[in-house]
Amino acid sequence: MTGYPANPILVLVDVSLSGELRSGAAELIGAATSVGTAVALALAPSGNSERLGTELAALGASQVLIAETEELSSSVVVPTVDALSAAAAIVKPEAVLASNSIRGRDATARFAARSGSALAVDAVGITRDEEGVIAHHSVYGGAYLVDSAASTGPLVITLRQGSSDLRAEALQPNIQLLQVDPSGTPDATITSYRETVAASSRPELRGADIVVSGGRGLGSGENFTLVEGLADALGGAIGASRAAVDAGYVPPAMQVGQTGVTVAPQLYIALGISGAIQHRAGMQTSKTIIAINKDPDAPIFEIADFGVVGDIFTVVPQLVAAIESRRG
Amino acid sequence: MKIIVLMKEVPDTYGERTLDLETGLLNRSASEPVLDEITERALEVALSHRDGNANTEVVLLTVGPDGTLPATLRKGLAMGADRAVHVHDPALLGADLTLTAQVIAAASKHIGFDLVIAGNASTDGGGGALPAMLAELLGVAGLASLGTVVLDELTASGSCNTEYDSFEATIDLPGVISVTEALPDARFPNFKGIMAAKKKPFETLDLAQLGITLGEETARSIVIAAAQRPARNAGIRIEDAGDAGDQIAEFLAQNQLIKGRSA
Ligand SMILES: Cc1cc2nc3c(=O)[nH]c(=O)nc-3n(C[C@H](O)[C@H](O)[C@H](O)COP(=O)(O)OP(=O)(O)OC[C@H]3O[C@@H](n4cnc5c(N)ncnc54)[C@H](O)[C@@H]3O)c2cc1C
Ligand SMILES: Nc1ncnc2c1ncn2[C@@H]1O[C@H](COP(=O)(O)O)[C@@H](O)[C@H]1O
Repeated sequence: MTGYPANPILVLVDVSLSGELRSGAAELIGAATSVGTAVALALAPSGNSERLGTELAALGASQVLIAETEELSSSVVVPTVDALSAAAAIVKPEAVLASNSIRGRDATARFAARSGSALAVDAVGITRDEEGVIAHHSVYGGAYLVDSAASTGPLVITLRQGSSDLRAEALQPNIQLLQVDPSGTPDATITSYRETVAASSRPELRGADIVVSGGRGLGSGENFTLVEGLADALGGAIGASRAAVDAGYVPPAMQVGQTGVTVAPQLYIALGISGAIQHRAGMQTSKTIIAINKDPDAPIFEIADFGVVGDIFTVVPQLVAAIESRRG
Repeated sequence: MKIIVLMKEVPDTYGERTLDLETGLLNRSASEPVLDEITERALEVALSHRDGNANTEVVLLTVGPDGTLPATLRKGLAMGADRAVHVHDPALLGADLTLTAQVIAAASKHIGFDLVIAGNASTDGGGGALPAMLAELLGVAGLASLGTVVLDELTASGSCNTEYDSFEATIDLPGVISVTEALPDARFPNFKGIMAAKKKPFETLDLAQLGITLGEETARSIVIAAAQRPARNAGIRIEDAGDAGDQIAEFLAQNQLIKGRSA
């Protein structure tokens, strides 16, 4: 029986149905390592354990628990909750950390309810004091910073994707297969499935350093090439307003704001976006904000570091050309 | 079929939302209370099912302080729900997700249900966790963040777009689902609905009536600090006089935001 390290933080990483690590693992393990020792937990079909264990150790997991399961393609969440329960029983973690992804949240929320633990969702960072792990939250569109902790027991935390830059040093693989007893809790059955992470040369919206977003002012999905052109010239990711999503210009995954993705990049450029309060809630903590809008009274100008009252269809092509010529 | 719709009162996102820095709690008086838009869409799912299935009962359930909530919740009755249940108790002030989920689970059992429909996440800092916690506490299947929903007497199905994948799934009832803003906008209450709402059953419950006693030793998520970030100010604003693109490029260059070609 392996002993468990001091201050263990149990980290649930997102893995694809075929056993590939999703993008958030390095961030989760980095954050966990800053407050304790990261013990990673992954569910995957058998045959992936060696590779996953090695990859997770390289990201800084001091121990890797793999729950081998063939159920991921049919069951939505219960196998993950059962694995979390089994892992927590042996690791006795100080905190449980997962990504604030739809699946990460679904599994940890159920785990918190099952184990009677305190839950802190959508943290933007974690630290610790003498009494334990603290989750930091950015609420009401970043207008407030709130810290939370568990009154007793482990704190179950979901970390906003792309919110932490901390990365851990690689460690030697220490892999253990986790025995999981099925709880028998009823689960949803998957009837059809499709991967949607397209191999893209552009950075992911969450955690990107530069984000260029387009709104209803683009006028059509085709015109989003304007947004793409500027994003590519700057090496940035693409976002959108809800009006652009509702109009079908771009898929919902690109929505920035209250009910979409929250971003806090070095640079945010808003093209043809009015800057409704719900949009601002998702981007107003960006370091530098640039806005181009033909309406001088658009509220986006109230928070823009550099605002241009003008037509995106003339200003953006000129801007892209000027960037290209400066980059040489 | 009996459907419970979880409705939540939140400060209007169009208004200024403020936190009490002493308690870390929402300042309820500072902003206009409204039904969270996403919970109205959840109600729309239930009502449109009832439109085609007359033997459907739609019950609204909410947990939150007394005050404006009963009036706010009446809008859901005016839209067409059959009755409403409001749980409030002084002991629930500052309730965290875990406690709120326990209370909603107890109230759901009290009401009885085939299906519970919630929003995927609440706009007032809620974390999109409650429906999953509820499903676990009730020991039933759950399906979160659905962008489409199909209901029949025995099952609930729908599609979910996650950050990485997209799937369709189905649960056997009883169960809990949550829906996203991809679902249609809710119907407006009409005059007849508003008048009828005044006479619809409206039950109020406290923790004792639900058989809940709060243990000191229960694990809770507690706020230990709250601070306000300084508001953001407007910077430079120019009118395009034909060279705005060049000016932005100059601004970007000065701020080291143009990267060289990295091949
Ligand atoms: C509960 C709730 C949640 C919400 N969540 C979100 C959210 O997450 N994200 C979000 O974005 N919104 C959200 N909204 C919607 C929000 O209120 C606004 O409706 C939306 O942000 C508007 O998008 P927009 O700025 O693209 O469109 P509009 O407000 O229509 O603005 C378009 C802008 O483009 C400008 N324009 C037009 N043509 C040009 C041109 N050629 N050149 C330059 N400028 C041009 C116009 O002057 C205008 O300012 C939410 C609303 C509610 C009620
Ligand atoms: N206090 C509450 N009363 C009723 N329903 C709630 C309450 N809190 C959350 N919900 C429901 O759960 C959904 C997700 O909320 P949350 O987990 O807080 O983001 C909401 O859209 C509501 O449907």
